[in-house]
Amino acid sequence: MNSIYQYFRAIWYGFSSLWKGMMLTGHYLVHPKKILTQQYPENRDTLYIPERFQGEVVLPHDENNEHLCTGCTICEMNCPNGSIKIITRSVETPEGKKKKELDEWVYHLGLCTFCGQCIDACPQNAIKMDNSFEHSVYDRKLLTKVLNQPGSKLKSAKK
Amino acid sequence: MQLSISLLEITRAIDSWLNSVFHPHLAYGIELVLAGVAVILLVVAMAILMVYAERKLAGFMQLRLGPMRVGKWGTMQAVADVMKLLLKECLTPTNSDKLMFRVAPFVVTIVSFMTLVPIAFAKGIQLWDINIGVFYITAVSSLSVIGILMAGWSSNNKYSLLGAMRSGAQIVSYELSGGLALIVVVMMSGTLSISGIVQAQADGWWIIKGHIPVIIAFVTFVITSTAELNRAPFDLAEAESELTAGYHTEYSGMQFAMFFLSEYTNMFVLSMVAATVFLGGWMPFHIAGLDGLNHFMDYIPGIVWFFGKTFFILFLIVWFRWTFPRLRIDQLLKLEWKYLLPVSIINVLFAAFIALMGWYL
Repeated sequence: MNSIYQYFRAIWYGFSSLWKGMMLTGHYLVHPKKILTQQYPENRDTLYIPERFQGEVVLPHDENNEHLCTGCTICEMNCPNGSIKIITRSVETPEGKKKKELDEWVYHLGLCTFCGQCIDACPQNAIKMDNSFEHSVYDRKLLTKVLNQPGSKLKSAKK
Repeated sequence: MQLSISLLEITRAIDSWLNSVFHPHLAYGIELVLAGVAVILLVVAMAILMVYAERKLAGFMQLRLGPMRVGKWGTMQAVADVMKLLLKECLTPTNSDKLMFRVAPFVVTIVSFMTLVPIAFAKGIQLWDINIGVFYITAVSSLSVIGILMAGWSSNNKYSLLGAMRSGAQIVSYELSGGLALIVVVMMSGTLSISGIVQAQADGWWIIKGHIPVIIAFVTFVITSTAELNRAPFDLAEAESELTAGYHTEYSGMQFAMFFLSEYTNMFVLSMVAATVFLGGWMPFHIAGLDGLNHFMDYIPGIVWFFGKTFFILFLIVWFRWTFPRLRIDQLLKLEWKYLLPVSIINVLFAAFIALMGWYL
């Protein structure tokens, strides 16, 4: 008896769950305002890109042309594709100590898969992902970027 | 005041004109050609329309827009696709069975066009009023599996063969409950002929007159026809994510288009059969006793009723496709052999009892 009950229960459960799914798609069908598709080249001015979209790695600089990167190369070690190359130089501090400093933050956009592991690994939170996406260029060399601006230096730690 | 021009009168006028101009045998031959061309044009036009409608509906159901670029609102998209398929080369793989590979699409297409023969489009508009119409359709439509198996075997490709074998298992098992669902209505109307079944629904459609057994049969028939069409959620024969494209993996150009066309033709035919058998064909919606309503419904031509019902079933099938996920092969066979077949056998018994006692309206 129980097995017969289970048999009809399965039929009922199947139909009710299928009906639920059909109601959802039917609801979407009669509510075209919910459509998420954006007509890209036409709506370029009003285009909405979600904030967390991972488009490109950037190294933010503040108004004094200072960034947070210490040149520790943890991001370079964490990059699975080798798309990051940190070139450091050593400078002498006023106290006479030798210190490593960021020289060039080289970013190969053509190798990057936008996994975001460099951002997760950075101990200083110096780099972040931008949500720009129009990266196409005519020359492949233009995909290799130096992220730190000329003359920029490390932001001194807060006292 | 009744509309004086009907499709039946147009066809009769053409018939008498042809007979007055040509020898009767020649006139008969010309009529056969004209009818064939009319049906092919209808099917091709409906297929193009349906491809566009389906892509649009699918888009809206999944919060997308569907085709938007070719023409206003993408209206020319299906036409552009047809042009592309016409211009593409038909490649034949080197190690394939070349004769079978080239014959298979024709077999599938011919079979799906043959099923259109006994369908009544409007009052008197029927290619062949054969007295076993429903039986003919179920018998002929089951032949399409031969073409699919030919395509899968001759491609010499494991994906094609797997797809064809799945399709064979699927069509062979789902035909049983599809046939049993049709038997319910055949028992109640007492005839196998399509025009007889339509005439039996003059005072109400079977889905209303036949209440519980016919509703069960209708649901079973829609499920089995979706499965026989190899459409999602029963699209294991094509299963893009597992078998690239199933039995038509190796086909390109017009040969692929013929498989595609036959899929859509089968879709129309099964929707038309469901509309004819369960929803009254070209019969208007009548409620016994309400003469005002009945007269008003009579003003709408039969062809509008017929295609309205057909498109309703087509919409249901499209709705299924874009809502449900694909079944596994064991789930597919379990659904048929453990649920649909026992339920429809008991339903046939129940319907026979009701038909015998005359308990339908």
